[in-house]
Amino acid sequence: MKWFDYAAPKTLSEALALLAAHPGARMLAGGTDLLVQMRAGRKPADLIIDIKNIAELNELRYERASGLTLGAAVACYRIYGDAAVSRAYPSLHQVASLIGGTQIQGRASIGGNLCNAAPSADSIPLLIALGATCRIAGAGGERVARVEEFCTAPGKNILAAGELLVSMHVPAPRPGSGASYLRFIPRNEMDIAVAGAGVAVELENGKFRSARIALSSVAPTPLFVREAGDWLTGKPVNGESIAGAAEIAKAAAKPITDMRGTKEYRRHLCSVLTRRALETAVRRAQEVQ
Amino acid sequence: MSMPTYKVIGTRPVRHDGADKVTGRAIYGADVQLAGMLHGYVLRSPHAHARILRIDTGKAQAFPGVMAVVTADDFPRTPDRIVDLGEGETPLSCVRGNMLARGKVLYRGHAIAAVAAVNMHVAEEAASLIEVDYEPLACALTAPDAMRADAPVIHGSLRMKELGAPTDTPGNVAEHFRHVKGDIEKGFAEADLIVEREFDTATVHQGYIEPQNATALWNNDGRVLIWCSTQGAFVVRDVTACVLDLPVSQVKVTPTEIGGGFGGKIPVYLEPVAAMLSKKTGRPVKIVMSRKDVFEATGPTPGSHMKVKIGARKDGRITAAQAYLAFEAGAYPGAMVGPAGMTVFAAYDLEHVTIDGYDVVVNKPSTAAYRAPGAPNAAFATESVVDELAQKLGIDPIEFRLKNAAKEGTRRADGPKFRKIGCVEVLEAMKNSPHYKTPLQGPNRGRGVALGFWFNVGLPSSCTISVNSDGTVNLVEGSTDIGGTRTSIAMQAAEVLGIAAEAVQPTVVDTDSVGFTAVTGGSRTTFATGWAAYEAAQDVMRQLKERAAKLWETEAAGVEAAGGVFRSGDRSMSFAELAARLGETGGPVVGRGAVNPRGVGGSFAGSIADVEVDPETGKTTILRFTCVQDAGKAIHPSYVEGQMQGGSVQGIGWALNEEYWMSEQGAMMNSSLLDYRMPTSLDLPMIETCIVEVPNPGHPFGVRGVGEANIVPPAAAVANAVCHAAGVRLFRLPMNPPAIMEALWKPGGKSSQLVPRNP
Amino acid sequence: MQRKVHVRTTINNQAVEFLCEPRQSLLECLRDIVGLTGTKEGCNDGNCGSCTVVLDDRIVTSCLVLGVEAEGRKITTIEGIAAGNQLHRLQQAFLTNAALQCGICTPGFIVAAKALLDSEPNPDEERIRLWLAGNLCRCTGYDKIVRAVSECAREAKA
Repeated sequence: MKWFDYAAPKTLSEALALLAAHPGARMLAGGTDLLVQMRAGRKPADLIIDIKNIAELNELRYERASGLTLGAAVACYRIYGDAAVSRAYPSLHQVASLIGGTQIQGRASIGGNLCNAAPSADSIPLLIALGATCRIAGAGGERVARVEEFCTAPGKNILAAGELLVSMHVPAPRPGSGASYLRFIPRNEMDIAVAGAGVAVELENGKFRSARIALSSVAPTPLFVREAGDWLTGKPVNGESIAGAAEIAKAAAKPITDMRGTKEYRRHLCSVLTRRALETAVRRAQEVQ
Repeated sequence: MSMPTYKVIGTRPVRHDGADKVTGRAIYGADVQLAGMLHGYVLRSPHAHARILRIDTGKAQAFPGVMAVVTADDFPRTPDRIVDLGEGETPLSCVRGNMLARGKVLYRGHAIAAVAAVNMHVAEEAASLIEVDYEPLACALTAPDAMRADAPVIHGSLRMKELGAPTDTPGNVAEHFRHVKGDIEKGFAEADLIVEREFDTATVHQGYIEPQNATALWNNDGRVLIWCSTQGAFVVRDVTACVLDLPVSQVKVTPTEIGGGFGGKIPVYLEPVAAMLSKKTGRPVKIVMSRKDVFEATGPTPGSHMKVKIGARKDGRITAAQAYLAFEAGAYPGAMVGPAGMTVFAAYDLEHVTIDGYDVVVNKPSTAAYRAPGAPNAAFATESVVDELAQKLGIDPIEFRLKNAAKEGTRRADGPKFRKIGCVEVLEAMKNSPHYKTPLQGPNRGRGVALGFWFNVGLPSSCTISVNSDGTVNLVEGSTDIGGTRTSIAMQAAEVLGIAAEAVQPTVVDTDSVGFTAVTGGSRTTFATGWAAYEAAQDVMRQLKERAAKLWETEAAGVEAAGGVFRSGDRSMSFAELAARLGETGGPVVGRGAVNPRGVGGSFAGSIADVEVDPETGKTTILRFTCVQDAGKAIHPSYVEGQMQGGSVQGIGWALNEEYWMSEQGAMMNSSLLDYRMPTSLDLPMIETCIVEVPNPGHPFGVRGVGEANIVPPAAAVANAVCHAAGVRLFRLPMNPPAIMEALWKPGGKSSQLVPRNP
Repeated sequence: MQRKVHVRTTINNQAVEFLCEPRQSLLECLRDIVGLTGTKEGCNDGNCGSCTVVLDDRIVTSCLVLGVEAEGRKITTIEGIAAGNQLHRLQQAFLTNAALQCGICTPGFIVAAKALLDSEPNPDEERIRLWLAGNLCRCTGYDKIVRAVSECAREAKA
């Protein structure tokens, strides 16, 4: 690796000042993507800003009324280690438990997963399905963006020069709601999704009150398939409607052929995974009811 | 025949190097630290095939912290000759050319130049400043592609060896050999059923967890001192001496602990390069490969294209078998197709056989041995066809194999006649195993079996044993210990000496300190170095009997020893009591053993695999797996089981997910342990083992090597299981989820033959 | 101006200070600067687990931590697992179960398995396999490793 400097600011304003002064700086949370990319000579940086000492980026707070605030640097293990969060968001517990292995989960953050903007990112389809938003800070102040707007291309996101992701906010789970993320990998752990589906549903009187579906690894960015969820709205909760939504998700996928799978195979997986994820989400919703 | 009873052999002592390895104290190659040590970095080719037009190292030389840069021009220009590489011979020009390229690069990852600097980051940064102009050339990446008439020629000087004789034929085929037994046409004419299939296997890597490394010091007395992780310190010594044009006595290699090898740490890549950097700087230089280097620049095992045709009568007797084997050598000749030809039908007693083998150079890293090299590829083909025959003839697959099993006296198509072997015994043990006797139930599930053979090797080994006054002995040997061989060797000495395994202190030493010892490979270490220890221990016993005779004022011939007690008439003395009296009876006792054993005994192994295939995703789950293997005599059963389990799991990885994923330009796209998917603990069940013991008449304790045969059958067993679970037979490894789905999607039903996918 | 950083940390319950470049990983610092070479490098990108250490009560791959991040933190390496001359029962179980062959992955497995048993004394086989999925072993097929850890889990239960 080429030489870089290191800074570990204690406040958000310090971090923003450093960022403003060093356009070539990169943020270090868990480092599980950053250090690998830097070693491979991709995305070099002259300054690494370690954001783990900043309070706002370490916040993990769930309130029944307002939902979950998830600091950008919160490591996965803190999510699945938090009983209240795990109870309220079993799907988030699930995603935090499947990124990397135990060691990676000790470092990697959902915020980092989002900023890295990989098409295969496991947490992003679920965040999209859950309707999560991002709190972004910059020299000019703060703004909020929806997660489905955050990634713009492989490895690219909407953060402008001088901006950083502070936290994500996930709405409080409503009665009758359930969510799930399911990915397909050839191994059972330590692998990159060949395809993945994140879904969230809200049920009422045996019907879908609403649904949101997003996919990983089948487009340049995590793919929000709004039409699949919309199509489910008002439909009865049964195998037929679930299969219909899965087919819409499959049709929306625009995968490529690479070492992880062919186009055809990935499209096929979208349908299988969406269906299976919906089945789990429905079961969770029914358990809550 | 009753088995002899042993006191030490067959027990399970804690290994002698155990405490150091569970506490982090054991020193592996990368752990070597020397005063003033520099770090080296090797610049590698981004092209799979290109002419090198210019190399300019000026900017790198000038970079702050850089102490030296070397290229192929720094090698001594000695004339070409043949070099012994430990498990085969090859021209010096190929060995040298693979260490640093001259004129052309032949694969992506081919070494171009090396930099020594104050730390590895500086060395890496400086290497990026080396300017290399390339003229990219078209590349050939698979054996079938490289054999085409219009394929790019990789070595202009290569001429094919045809049936043992040189020819003037240029191209990428280094050699074509043929083994013939009987009359193949006659044999097929006698068959009621003939199955002929084509198979492909992808390039796979040994996947040892420790990357290659070397530390070298060109000392001021002119001697080159090397510390490295290697399967054969003497091979490193001899190859380094050869490349650097030094007498072997001028090179001393100290083998450190080694983090896995499986055949991949026999070739020499870094040591002469580190030595040249040390010569230029006057300081020790350490080079450690990155994982990417390991994948791109060390020898994987060949990808292969094979055709196997077998005919059988209705009663299940095979009448004829024919194989076509084209193996990828990588950048330099030497694909493991020879061993593939020796093993492809070795498990069967056949009358009519023809085997054709082709050694084909391609633009991939020069291949190396990988645990029974060549045999798993060949067994995948043969055992798939055998399974199909058994299925179509309605015969139990183990019964089918028993009807055709090789036995003592069977002559292989490549010549050798089997001495006592355990092929039938392995099949019987498979049939009687708890696994095979338990029916497999449930949808999408299938069971597969397969059989495999590996011939094992002998080769020279040396050992000395000196007796300590407290009744223990020190055992000095030259076989680097990859999987507990210190202990399996020490146990054989202990058995002879009549003392406990713990009373033998084994040490693996450098090339100055023990007689020549060949590589830890070919399943030979417990067999051959164990034999050297046996001889050294016998030598000690001869001398100790003389000492006892001296004390008792009798003839040595009248002294008997058993179970650690020396006796003559009614007088007796323990090993320890006698050891305490060496000073008064003539001084130290040192025994020596130096062997080059001929009595090597091949090993058979069988796999039973139960799988479940998800019909929606194509993912295969291993539900249950059993490995049966003939160990001859298991010296330390735990480590024999360990070999069987490890080999089985490598075979499972090969079967399901491992492969070099190459771009059309010859770049490996998955050169990390994330994307080169070796099995994790979560991908496997416990691996059941059954050790069969059919003693090898060619070894004092009946030992056969156990390191390799176990990796031969698993891929075929898994393929057969997948076939019975999913209803489709796959003809290409790996059988990853997309490949299985594509097979399921093929029109024409589940039994139609699949077209192999290009990598 | 390229300056090394002074890091004050605690390694295996002992205060340790070292100087490193910001680009050096914790793994490099442990091995090349502090001299604790028991922690091994297998891939340098977090995918083999050989460099597993405990960082403030969580296991991490030390190749994906910068040395400078160790400032003020607590680290346990394989060298800190035994109590003086007394092997930890996991280390003993690895020996008696022959749970190692070449031994290069062993430090990582023992550090990771100990962290599991410290937080969950009675994991079942599935839990052990999941927890250890980030540690690759190429020699053993995992069988004897899982047995060794299971044995310690059973002892805890007894």
